[in-house]
Amino acid sequence: MQSLPDKRGRFGQFGGRYVAETLMPALAELEREYRAARRDPAFRAELERYSREYVGRPTPLYFAANLTARLGGAKIYIKREDLCHTGAHKVNNTLGQALLAVRMGKVRITAETGAGQHGVATATMAALLRRECEVFMGSVDVERQSLNVFRMKLLGAKVTAVDAGSRSLKDALNEALRDWIGTVANTYYLIGTAAGPHPYPMIVRDFQSVIGRETRRQILKHERRLPDALVACVNGGSNAIGLFYPFIRDKDVRMYGVEAGGLGLNGAAHAATLSAGSVGVLHGNRTYLLQDELGQIRETHSIAAGLDYPGVGPELAWLKDTDRAEYTAVTDAEALEGLRLLSECEGIIPALESAHAVAYAARLAPTMAKDRVMIVNLSGRGDKDMQTVARALGVTL
Amino acid sequence: MPNKAAGRIERKFAELRARGEAALIPFIVAGDPNLEATRALVLELAARGADLIELGVPFSDPMADGPANQRALARGLASGASLAAILAMVGEVRRQSQIPIVLFGYYNPILHYGCERLCADAARAGVDGLLAVDLPPEEAAELARPARAHGLDIIYLLAPTTPLERVRTIARAGRGFLYYVAVTGVTGARASLAAGLETRVRALRAVTELPIGVGFGISTPEQAGEVAGYADAVVVGSALSLIIEREGAAQRLPAAVGELVGAMKHAMRAARATAGG
Repeated sequence: MQSLPDKRGRFGQFGGRYVAETLMPALAELEREYRAARRDPAFRAELERYSREYVGRPTPLYFAANLTARLGGAKIYIKREDLCHTGAHKVNNTLGQALLAVRMGKVRITAETGAGQHGVATATMAALLRRECEVFMGSVDVERQSLNVFRMKLLGAKVTAVDAGSRSLKDALNEALRDWIGTVANTYYLIGTAAGPHPYPMIVRDFQSVIGRETRRQILKHERRLPDALVACVNGGSNAIGLFYPFIRDKDVRMYGVEAGGLGLNGAAHAATLSAGSVGVLHGNRTYLLQDELGQIRETHSIAAGLDYPGVGPELAWLKDTDRAEYTAVTDAEALEGLRLLSECEGIIPALESAHAVAYAARLAPTMAKDRVMIVNLSGRGDKDMQTVARALGVTL
Repeated sequence: MPNKAAGRIERKFAELRARGEAALIPFIVAGDPNLEATRALVLELAARGADLIELGVPFSDPMADGPANQRALARGLASGASLAAILAMVGEVRRQSQIPIVLFGYYNPILHYGCERLCADAARAGVDGLLAVDLPPEEAAELARPARAHGLDIIYLLAPTTPLERVRTIARAGRGFLYYVAVTGVTGARASLAAGLETRVRALRAVTELPIGVGFGISTPEQAGEVAGYADAVVVGSALSLIIEREGAAQRLPAAVGELVGAMKHAMRAARATAGG
């Protein structure tokens, strides 16, 4: 199998480098520096040391016996990315890219954020590695995620509210790109998901695929065989590609990506790009998008603020077109059920994003025989969502 | 027929060069405040000394635009200025004016319309060139092929960050003219021109035969005059978007925009005359 992306940053027809000319040389430089860093034993050793001692890797692969018994089908294992420092898998990527920023001599790091998880993970690494940090965040998100805004500020980051467009994640990304166009000489733009112009989808995948590499090792130890199914939530897709990538060549391992079905795919209030979108170009890459009949980008909805983006990483799109991964959607209501289920069965409160994966696992597991093995990526913990969940359940805190 | 239309940009630059003038290229967003106003503006600008018009195509996510043009593009989007409606408007302009017209936008609406279909329809309507901000030459093959077949010029951007070796590559792919982005930043008025702009433009001149237009941050007649001293064309955009924003659909909109454009053209002619052509 050929290794992707190709020289042009393509995964089949997806990916590429669709950006303003000002950024083209910077992306070429980033690609060069990243490829050199990847080969550099010193860089890899430093990444590994921080992963172990700062992030807390490897994260456990936990056999969810109660959930398995409750659902009465496949054996369910949970990859505990929620136990990473900062509470989600996002830090795997921000650690790697922040070290790259240091290597490249960039004094300032910027990021976009929706729910604030990637913003917090970026601000965390900027604090650790003593870089200046600015996080762009839609003004709607600034309001509904005030706790994470406060965390970022405590970590020393500047949080800039973006008032343009729909004032949410895609607009934060636009503003981060605009900032970068003006500051490219001294700034490292640290994108949070496996999308954007080449080489970002490759870089984010590589740093996140530590999830899948560990999982592979761990399941072989637990079960002495590979799993039958992998389940992860997908929006931009960084936790999904992180889990899937090391299993892509294992044709018997089925991969399920679970998108945000919002209020249902019949209406417009969802963020199920792969299930209901069409191919286009946004934020530097060709991929599936939620767009109208004129190619204007649509607004999205999900109860999970971290699944509220109208695009998806190009490699996830390629896995769809080659039928290597299967994508499905879970509604807000089902995700809430998933959150309750895991909390009650296992004493683990998942992030609303990860609860989408749990909800689909609950649908899938009973259809599988008891000797089958399923792994669910628990990409983040639910603490950040307690206000939202309480509101949705009609509880006043 | 389309091939004859395609010559308009080249012919315009040749004609200006013979007269010792630099081209003035106003950028206005199509459909801001509505397409009928845009049609009237194009005719007014042509009468006031504009040499070529860039029509901004509204997009929901204009990643390389500053606040003034973002708001203008949002107004255009809200008024329903789709590519199809813009082409119909250009068709009407063509009954009264032969001023070269370039569509300036982002790639996704073009891709969605269909590259082949857009080039055919645009050429038929009387469009002369296409510029997609987020479509560098590396990604442009699927648009460049039909554009060439239909006689449309693809205009590429050069930036302060573009190394000269890459300028050569882009220049080989470009047609009509090259658009030099004068600042490392997004569109929008700047108090002063970028330091070293003249040196940079002269360096670009040494590696390409194509005319070089300079834009981003140019908003006053003084700045236009200065840039006309060494560039083949001057682009003004955000400054016009701000006037359109202020005037809205008012009766005096064309005159207000035309006034600044007229003053810029005047300053550019004066600068060239002082420099001895």
